Amino acid sequence: MSSFTELVEKSVQAGEPAEMAPTPAPLAAEHRWLGWLGALLLYLASFTVAFALSALFVALTGNSPRDVVTAMYDGSLADGSAIGQTIDEATPLLIVALGTIICTKAGIFNIGQEGQLIIGAMCGAFVALDVHGPSWIILILTLLAAAAGGAAWAGISAVLKYWRGVDVVISTLLLIFVAFQLVTWAVTTPGVLQENAVPGSVLSPESNQLPPGLQLARIGQYPDFNVGIGCFLALALAIVVHLAMTRTRWGFRIRLLGLNRDVARSTGVREWRTGGGSLALSGAFAGLAGGVLLTGSVFRIQAGFSNNVGFQGLLAALVAQGSALLAIPVSLFFGALRSGGGFLASTGVPRYLVDVVQALLVLAAIFPPVFLAVLRRRRERVRAAAQAAVS
Amino acid sequence: MFVNDATTILDGAVILSVPLLFAACGEYVAERAGTLNISVEAMMLGGAFGGAFIASTTGNLALGLVVGAVTGVSIAFIHANFSHRLSANTFVVGLTLNALVLGVTSYLIAGRTLNPWTVTPLSIPVLSGIPIIGQPLFDQPWPAYLLYGLVPAIYVVVQRTRWGLEVRSVGENPQAADVSGIDVNKVRRQALLLCGVLSGVGGAYYSVYHVTTFNANMTAGRGFIVIAAVIFGGWTLRGAVLGCLLFGLADALQLNVQALGYQLNSELLISAPYLAALLAMTFFAKRNRQPAALAQPFVRGLA
Repeated sequence: MSSFTELVEKSVQAGEPAEMAPTPAPLAAEHRWLGWLGALLLYLASFTVAFALSALFVALTGNSPRDVVTAMYDGSLADGSAIGQTIDEATPLLIVALGTIICTKAGIFNIGQEGQLIIGAMCGAFVALDVHGPSWIILILTLLAAAAGGAAWAGISAVLKYWRGVDVVISTLLLIFVAFQLVTWAVTTPGVLQENAVPGSVLSPESNQLPPGLQLARIGQYPDFNVGIGCFLALALAIVVHLAMTRTRWGFRIRLLGLNRDVARSTGVREWRTGGGSLALSGAFAGLAGGVLLTGSVFRIQAGFSNNVGFQGLLAALVAQGSALLAIPVSLFFGALRSGGGFLASTGVPRYLVDVVQALLVLAAIFPPVFLAVLRRRRERVRAAAQAAVS
Repeated sequence: MFVNDATTILDGAVILSVPLLFAACGEYVAERAGTLNISVEAMMLGGAFGGAFIASTTGNLALGLVVGAVTGVSIAFIHANFSHRLSANTFVVGLTLNALVLGVTSYLIAGRTLNPWTVTPLSIPVLSGIPIIGQPLFDQPWPAYLLYGLVPAIYVVVQRTRWGLEVRSVGENPQAADVSGIDVNKVRRQALLLCGVLSGVGGAYYSVYHVTTFNANMTAGRGFIVIAAVIFGGWTLRGAVLGCLLFGLADALQLNVQALGYQLNSELLISAPYLAALLAMTFFAKRNRQPAALAQPFVRGLA
């Protein structure tokens, strides 16, 4: 997977001329400026196409794009409570994205966040429902257990990779489905996590609700702006991850491993420790996101608990191109789409439209860097051919 | 009694395996060419939707299969151009396409009901009378019989033709293939398009001939079972076919055991394909069974 990181790293410098170019300095500077402008225009064009396609899709299916935009705005940004909803939706996405950024930087591509998240939430639910004590201690233990559960689930993939050489992408992907079944088993088996029997009602495949003391505090009042305190945790983590990746020896090792395994190994980076650690850490972030989701908004665990948060957090990390700080606005944007989508359903437009728009936007975000890389390779080839002809 | 139960379960296993087998033939070719194609789920779901939609509007089931193939190949076209023309990361593209197709099909089916249609199995005389295996193997809707030709054909194409050699070479050593004059990315795109056709047919078979309707997310991870089958089979065609049949059997057991009065943990059976694939990888990984350049984008000069 190192090639992916390479592409991402390269695409960041896409505007710069190749080193081999024998051009004088002032011209090179001008080239760079033109390159940035071109890249910006390309991004704009790409996103415009994605939005246009979305609008076309809405119009073709007999709905009004204008009404859809209005509904999305009402559901995500129009007033304090909508903005709070957007931030609440963005919180777990951001936490998942941060973990993904860490292991992607190490050249390890984890796509199993959905499974790590739900396993984390399940472990959190075990602690929250079965351990008794002062509620703030139990709340912290719940979040820690969630992170540990996610880390353990990702750790399986790490062990398989460094012990047997099993591809991480495949193992994390397959483990998602095992995780779903494990959680389904837990919430349908009395005595494991299924809710207590209430006389006269049928048992649902879900756990008991968390007691109020174990629910994350909220700031603000309902009709106005209100938001769970999980978002501050996510923001703090974003800053920590950013600083750790850019300013610490550990972050440097991770980036080195992602950019060039051989150099990393020969400079003393222990691959299994740094790489496997980053994978487990990304699982811990996904699990923590599950814990925040559990204690912050869902309050009980059930089979559909993860609700694509893991996948969308992964996509947010990819759109943010490995930058922990850029992941904040991207997650907020995805969060706005999610909360707007909930509102969309009430206007008669199926909420799945949000997934379509989101996927098109992700494709639009993928396109410019790879396209610029193709152009750059072509330019280099032409230049190399010209140089060969001269000499 | 036992014979009846065995026939019921085997019949269920074959019925559930057929869509997987179509898609697995395609996924096998794509993986041999070096694409670990996770958008096979999107291709199957898209094919299922296209097929069911056409079957309900025109009543022509065969046309449904064709439209399923077209839907699958359109998704493959997007994937192929992103991954093997622009060298975008194949998993990013695949995941996004899965989300896109899931969104589009769920959006289009929401609040709509399809006109029903009926399927009559084509019972092959004499052969379908064989005890136990007769009904599962020779009393199915006609497109299932295409597999008797398709599986050997895929084997011959991959192992005995020039194109098949190119497919294997771009999956094992794209640099060498490139030097010997093969357009690596073109061959990979072609393999992916073939995967799109077959996965689309598989998805359409599932919705048109098996479930006879379309529900949101009806493939529900069957594409990933196909990937698991190809891995389980150690990247050989017969292994992949065996994997599909086994996973179909696990699915049939899970659906039928309770009705037949046995006790088996259904969650364990549902996760059996994924666990089997993981175990297979754990044991195969050191034997280097997988195509050496699997999931590595090819860019000339980028070793």
